[in-house]
Amino acid sequence: MTGTPTLTPAPQPLLIVDDLSVHRGAAKILDRVKLTVEKGETLALVGESGAGKSTIATALMGLLSGAKVEGHAELEGTGDLLSLPSKQLVKLRGQRISMIFQDAGAALNPAYTVGRQLISALRRNLGLSRRDARARAVDLFSSVGINDAEARLSAFPHQLSGGMQQRVMVAIALACNPDLLLADEPTSALDVTIQAQIVRLILSQTRARGASCIFVLHDLALASQSCDRIVVLYAGQVVECGPARDVLERHRHPYTRQLKSCVLEIGRQDLEAPEGTVPSHDSMPPGCRFATRCPRALPRCAAEMPPLTPASDDRDGASDHAFACWNPE
Amino acid sequence: MTRTRSEPLRDKPAANTPVFELIDVEKTFQVPKPGRRFSRETVGLKALDGVRLRINDGASLALVGESGSGKSTLLRVLLGLDAPTDGRANYRGRPISDVRSKGTEFARDVALVYQDARGSLDPRMTVGALIAEPLRHFGIVSREEEPARVAQLLDRVGLPVDSAQRYPSGLSGGQVRRVAIARALASEPSVLVADEAVSGLDVSTQAQLLTLLRGLQQDMGLTLVFITHDLGVASYLCEKIAIMYLGRIVETGATNDVLAAPAHPYSAALRAAAPRFFEPLPEPLPGEIPSPLDLPKGCRFSTRCPSVKGDCRTRDPYLAQHGVGRSVACLHPLSDGEGLPLVSDADMSSPAAADIQNQTDTPLSRD
Amino acid sequence: MTHPDISEPSGHSGAQAIKTTAGRSIFVRRPFFTAALLVALGYVLASVFAPWITPYSPVAQSIDAMMKPPSVAHPLGTDSYGKDILSRVIFGARYALAIGFFSVLIGATGGLVVGLAAGLSGGWVEWVLMRLIDSILALPSLILAVAFIAILGQGVDKVIIAVGLSLIGPFARTVRADVMQVRVQLFVEAAHLMSIPRLKVIWRHILPNVIFPLAVQVTIRISEAILVSSSLSFLGIGVTPPTPDWGLMIAEGRAFVSFAPWMSAMPGFALALLLIALSIVGDGVREEFDPKLRRGA
Repeated sequence: MTGTPTLTPAPQPLLIVDDLSVHRGAAKILDRVKLTVEKGETLALVGESGAGKSTIATALMGLLSGAKVEGHAELEGTGDLLSLPSKQLVKLRGQRISMIFQDAGAALNPAYTVGRQLISALRRNLGLSRRDARARAVDLFSSVGINDAEARLSAFPHQLSGGMQQRVMVAIALACNPDLLLADEPTSALDVTIQAQIVRLILSQTRARGASCIFVLHDLALASQSCDRIVVLYAGQVVECGPARDVLERHRHPYTRQLKSCVLEIGRQDLEAPEGTVPSHDSMPPGCRFATRCPRALPRCAAEMPPLTPASDDRDGASDHAFACWNPE
Repeated sequence: MTRTRSEPLRDKPAANTPVFELIDVEKTFQVPKPGRRFSRETVGLKALDGVRLRINDGASLALVGESGSGKSTLLRVLLGLDAPTDGRANYRGRPISDVRSKGTEFARDVALVYQDARGSLDPRMTVGALIAEPLRHFGIVSREEEPARVAQLLDRVGLPVDSAQRYPSGLSGGQVRRVAIARALASEPSVLVADEAVSGLDVSTQAQLLTLLRGLQQDMGLTLVFITHDLGVASYLCEKIAIMYLGRIVETGATNDVLAAPAHPYSAALRAAAPRFFEPLPEPLPGEIPSPLDLPKGCRFSTRCPSVKGDCRTRDPYLAQHGVGRSVACLHPLSDGEGLPLVSDADMSSPAAADIQNQTDTPLSRD
Repeated sequence: MTHPDISEPSGHSGAQAIKTTAGRSIFVRRPFFTAALLVALGYVLASVFAPWITPYSPVAQSIDAMMKPPSVAHPLGTDSYGKDILSRVIFGARYALAIGFFSVLIGATGGLVVGLAAGLSGGWVEWVLMRLIDSILALPSLILAVAFIAILGQGVDKVIIAVGLSLIGPFARTVRADVMQVRVQLFVEAAHLMSIPRLKVIWRHILPNVIFPLAVQVTIRISEAILVSSSLSFLGIGVTPPTPDWGLMIAEGRAFVSFAPWMSAMPGFALALLLIALSIVGDGVREEFDPKLRRGA
C-alpha cells in the first residue's frame, strides 16, 4: 500500500525528531530530544522511569494531553507530526503509525469482541467491505500466531490470556500495514516465556512488512537482542545514542555504563549498586542531569549542560554514535 | 515466655531438622465450574500437586515460576495462611498449622516481604509506627528503646532516620520496599520470605535492593526464601533454586548447577528466555501454560516441551534424583551437553558454589 | 510474574531528602471552600452568641409590629404575632445546628456499630443485619423520621432521636462498604500474619481506616439531618411552636406568602445558605482528605 522505495543508495529516514520538548506545568519532562528512525530499522528507547521514553512515544502519536509539546517530528511523506491538525492525525494513526501498549487488557475495549475491534479498524482505515475485512482479520490473527483464528474473533478480551491479548493488539496495530510501529513496553507485563514469543512476533511482523519500529524498553539486554540502534535517555534527555553495539560495548557516557552494570545476567555475582536517584523534574540541576550521581563528574558538569557530540572514534566513521558528556569514557 | 517456648524448637539437632519441609503437599481450591454461569457446581483446582521441598537453616532458596505455576500458593502454605489439602507441611519438625495457631513464635521467626509493599503497610501509620508495631507486639525492646531501634533498622535498610515521621504515601517505590524490609527484620526473624521483592522496579533501584538483601542474608545468617520470575535475580541471591510449573516443582538443585546445565526442558526454556546481551533471540516455547482445570495427560509440560517423546504423553514423571543434590521431574532429562554456558565460568568455581554440595538435600528419600 | 508498576523514581541513602507535598494552604487553593467555611462558622458563632446579638427576644410578641416588612427596627421584618424574624432566624440557627450535630452523632455512632458488626461478622449475622439496613434504606429518611416521631412524640429531643435513628441506615451501609474494602487489604493480612489478635487488628488497623471516611460522611450528612428536621417542623410534627425553628417559621409564613413573603423567605434563605455552605465544606473536606482521591500524591 505504501510504495516504499527499497534499495535506494541513501534512503531518507522515515522519521526525524528534532528538539522535541514536553512541558507539564513547570516540569520539563522531555528536553530537546533528537532522534532519527531509518526505514525498516528497530530503535530502542531505554532508560529508567522518569526518563521520558514513553512520553516520546505518546507525543509522536499525538496522545499527550495536558502538556505543552515543542519541536518537530518529520515523518517522511507527511510533514511535521507535531503540528498536524488533529483530524489528519487521527487518520494517520493506524494508517501510518500505530502503537502497542504495555497493558493490552486495558487498551482493548472490554465491551466488544476482539474480532469486532479488529474489523472496525480495518473497515475504518482501509475502507474494506464487511466480508473482506473479516477475511483479512482471520488472516491477521493467524499471522500473529492465534490458533483457531475464526473462533477467536468472537472472544471478548477478558476471555483471552495476557499473551493472547497482546497478540490481538499486534494484529490491530499491523492491520493497515503502518510504516512505524511504536511498542511501549509491550512485554513487561507478561511471563518470561510469553515475552520471548511476543518480541519475536513483533520483530518478524514488522520486518516482513518493511516497517520501522520504536521499542520502549527498560531491559538493556533485551534491547541488544532485538534492536538495531539504541537511544539511552536520562531525566528527559538523550545521553547516548547509536548502533546497539557501539552504545553497549563502546559506551562513552557514564550513565550507559551504570545502566548496563545493573543488568543482572544469569550467573553474575558482582553487582554494584549505584548511589542516589534521578532528580525530580522540578529541581533539575542546571548542568548535566546525571552529574549528581556521576562518578566521573567534573566541576564543569554541574554548571553547563553537555551537548550531544558525535563519537569520532568509530572506525568506519559512518556510525551515528553520539553522547552528551563533558568527561566521556 | 517466647524464649522458653522456642528452645525445644530451635535447638533440636539442627543438622537434619530443616526449617521447612513439605512432603507431597497438595492444595486444591474449589472453583465454580467453568462455563456454568448459574449453577453452584464446583470443581477442584489443584494449585499444588505433590510438592516436596526441604529448606535448611541458613539456606537461600529461589522459587521460580511463571504465573499459574503455584508459587504464590506454595508461599501461603509455607506461611500457614493456607493449610494443605493433603500431605504434610512442617516447620522445624512440626506441622505449620500447629505452630502458627500456638503462640507467636512462628509469626516472629518467619517474616514476609510482600510483592505489593505499599499495600502491606497501613497508609494511616507513619513509617516509625509501622516498624515499631512488630517491636512492640513481640516485645523485642522496651518502650524507651523503641525509637533507637527503629532508627537502627531504618539505617540498616539505607533509609534516612527522619523518614520515621513520614507516611508510606510520601515515599517512592524503592523506599517503600525498604520500609517493608525493615519491618520484616524488626521481629528478628530467622527466616525471611520475599515475594517478588524487587520486581517492577528500575534496574538501579533493583540493584540497590538486591545488594541490601544479600548483605542482610550474609550478616544475619537468615534463611531466605525468595520468590521471583527473574533467573538473574535468583542466581545472584540464592544458592538453591526450585523451578515450578503447573503446581509442581520440576527441578531443584544448586542454582549454579541448575542454570548451567538445566536438566528439565522447562528450566532450559526459562534459562534461554532470559535476556542476554547480543545473543540472538531464542526460539520461544510454543503455546501457553495449560489451565490447571484441564491438565494434560502424562507429563504436564508435554504440550509445550520441545523434546517431547511418546511416553511423555502417557506417564507422569515424579521428582527424582538427578546427580548430586539435584532432582528433576522429567522422563528424559537433558544431558549436560545440552545446557547453555553461564556468562562467566569463573563464577562456577567460586567457593559459594562448592559449599552448596554440603547443604543440598534431595527430598526424594522419603516416601 | 509481572511488572505491575514501573513507577516513580525510587530512593536511596541518607543524603536524599524525601519530598513532602507541602503545597499552598487549602484556604488559598479552594476559595469556595473558604467562603463556605466562613459562612458556616458565622452560623455557629451566631447561634452561640444568639442572646447577645439578637435585638429582641425570639418569642416576644408585639401587637404593634405585626407583619412589618423589613425595616431599620426589624431588619428582616416581623411575623404575624409581631415577633422579630431576625432574632428568630438567629435563634433558629441554634436549633438547626444542635439538631443536625446531635442527630448525626447518633446516626454515625449507631451506623459505625452496625456497619462494623455487619462487615466483620460474615455469615448469617451479616445477612440479617444487612437485610435490616436494606429495609431501612428502602424508605427515605424523612418518612422514617416521621414514623419515629409518631412513636416518640414531638419536641426538640425527640426530633434529634428520630432523625438520628433514621440516619443509622445510610451510615451503616457506608461503614460496612469501607470495612469490606479495608479488611481484605494486604496490611490487614500482614497483621494477621504477625499473629496480632483479631480485636487488636480491628482496633488498630481497620477502625482508623474506617473512621476517617466516616468523619467525612458526618460533615456531609449534617445538612441532610438539618433538612429532615426542618421538614418535620414544616409538616408540623417536629418541634412545637413557639420554638424559633426555621421549618416551623416557613410553615407559619405560608398562609401569608402573598402579602408578607419575608415571613417564609427569610428563614428559607437562612436554611438554604447553611445547607449550601455545609455541603461545599463537606465536599472540600472529602476531596482534600479522602485517601481514595488522594492516592499517588
